[in-house]
Amino acid sequence: MAVATIALPARIALLGNPNCGKTALFNLLTGSRQKVANYAGVTVERKEGTLHTAEGRRVSVLDLPGAYSLNALSHDEAMTRDVITGQSSEVLPDLLVCVTDATNLRLHLRMVLEARQLGLPMVVVLNKMDRARKFGIAIDEEGLSNALGVPVLSTVSVHAHGADALRAFLDRPVEATTPVPWSAPKLEQVLATQQEAQRIYQETVTVPVVDKDPSDRIDRVLMHPFWGFVVLALVLFTTFVAVFTLGSRLTDFIETGTGALGGLLMDHMAEGPLRGLLVEGVIGGVGSVLAFLPQILILFLFILALEASGYLPRAAFLLDRPMSKAGLSGRSFIPLLSSFACAIPGIMATRTIVNWRDRLTTILIAPLMACSARIPVYTLLIAALFPDEPVSGALVMVGLYTLGIVAAMAVAWVIKRSSGDRSRSPLLMELPAYQWPDLRSLVIGLYERAMIFIRRVGTVILALTIVMWALCTIPSPRSTTEGTPIARSLAGEVGHALQHVFAPIGFNAEISIALVPGMAAREVVVSSLGTVYAINGDPGDVENRLRERIASEWSLATKLSLLLWLVFAPQCLSTFVAVKRETGSWRTMWIMGGYLFGLAYLASLITYQLTTAITAL
Amino acid sequence: MNGSSAHPVPLDQLPEERWASVVDVVVPINNRDRGLVLRLVELGFVPGERVCVVAVGRPGREPLAVRVGHTTFALRRHEASFIRVILQP
Repeated sequence: MAVATIALPARIALLGNPNCGKTALFNLLTGSRQKVANYAGVTVERKEGTLHTAEGRRVSVLDLPGAYSLNALSHDEAMTRDVITGQSSEVLPDLLVCVTDATNLRLHLRMVLEARQLGLPMVVVLNKMDRARKFGIAIDEEGLSNALGVPVLSTVSVHAHGADALRAFLDRPVEATTPVPWSAPKLEQVLATQQEAQRIYQETVTVPVVDKDPSDRIDRVLMHPFWGFVVLALVLFTTFVAVFTLGSRLTDFIETGTGALGGLLMDHMAEGPLRGLLVEGVIGGVGSVLAFLPQILILFLFILALEASGYLPRAAFLLDRPMSKAGLSGRSFIPLLSSFACAIPGIMATRTIVNWRDRLTTILIAPLMACSARIPVYTLLIAALFPDEPVSGALVMVGLYTLGIVAAMAVAWVIKRSSGDRSRSPLLMELPAYQWPDLRSLVIGLYERAMIFIRRVGTVILALTIVMWALCTIPSPRSTTEGTPIARSLAGEVGHALQHVFAPIGFNAEISIALVPGMAAREVVVSSLGTVYAINGDPGDVENRLRERIASEWSLATKLSLLLWLVFAPQCLSTFVAVKRETGSWRTMWIMGGYLFGLAYLASLITYQLTTAITAL
Repeated sequence: MNGSSAHPVPLDQLPEERWASVVDVVVPINNRDRGLVLRLVELGFVPGERVCVVAVGRPGREPLAVRVGHTTFALRRHEASFIRVILQP
């Protein structure tokens, strides 16, 4: 007979239903800043961190995607099941921390009972205990622990000391057990587990009788078939207005600052390559992108607040019917909304979509949602198109966003028609209780986004801009003394070659040059144009802003054509990588790239040729 | 059974804002639906549990937002039709 070994836990895993606060607890335990929000399916991949126990021992913590059951329906749930049932390459955790939402134990107890059958050492954590107390919910922790046969602790993951009980618990040794292999349960077994959960719940939890849930009252308006859409439209409109009025004013402010800085350097530095690099490359290029930080942060503020409130699943509920016309379901809404910030987290968020065809379609159309990296490019071009007409500019901006959405729905519809799959995909979406966004989390979330943007500007964008500057200033060996400085450079050579492809859609050499580094980061289109025009310009004239040059030097047809190009073009290598990783298929990646390039070229060609014909009349 | 109003109906036909309790779960023939029904049971749609339709989509009452216990789930009528409920007086 084997002797039971006793050891201190070195690896623990957090398991639980979606939206019970596992990631908030993980962040509190490890000091991480992983994303938390109020909807099911925020965490879609495993995250690892290290915590210090009360006695200072280091323990590795694994945060897993939430799962309603080990009998997984979606990709993220399957990942969790595989890790804790030993079906992945990973070593089983020494201790399973089964996290539950104390305000909704009835639902979460079933998962505890299911996890208990795995035979791993386990502790149950009652999270959100502060909220449970506020609602007058009383839980007999000792009774619960006796009924379950495992220790029970309570935590509050939004308080600094909210996990102290768990930290202390981890200094106690656990007895090694023999894991029981997992097999998918039958309906009778699930019903029996539910009966047990029901019995334990009634014995240990007392909930005050509440007449009406506050969330129900809010839902009466927000999920109303008419008023719900009015509110949704208002929410989207407010976001849009905030980003493009308040945000753009702050952007102008930064632009004035960088312009002044450039002027200062021009006046006080001796002429030479270093001054050129700083003024034309760094300030003219990188500065023009950095100026968009306020706008991008305002966009993220709105998205983060919406995510934290619990409203997004409701919006998905409302849009389920309209989206079904395009062959999608409400399940695709949150991934697509995230794509307005950036397509890559959006594509990853599709892991929660149960139906594979729906998931694939959502991945393929996510790049059509105008991501935040497009804001600088759109803003620059629109300002150049309508220098003194803010209303027309705003309408065009709305038009560009709408065009992306309409095109996405059309593509989804085509995929549905051609696949011949007529099955309705399930919805099964939890509508969590509303919560006020937590100010601290909002600030941290925004700070994280700001740092990501600044890091991106300081690394990828800066490096590319410097390379661009170098290529634009080093003369081509075959150059003559004629033409602009750019035309004589190495970059000019590339631009000239690209003209064979891009001349029919009206892109001049400068645009063609800027589009190439733009593949690594869309914003570089702006910084590259900034550099190209700064070099081509009068050296004393750095404050002459890019948009004025574009306004005067490009034809209307070219400007419109480039705008259309940017709506569709697969101008982002990271998105390609994400699509390959999520679908595991090179073919899907190339299909996405191909159809986006085709759409972009076609749209620009039609726009350019039509506008040229009309303006020539 | 108690009076003419108290006979089981599929959950998707339950009028809005009326509390009912789950009577039984119909086991579907096809595998895909069986997986869904299993999930509904795991989410708490078990005999004896109180449920209420709190909101519906338009047109055609699709999807449904159903309160079960302390949680609200958005379901399709198709999934909901496997849950049979009885109106509470």
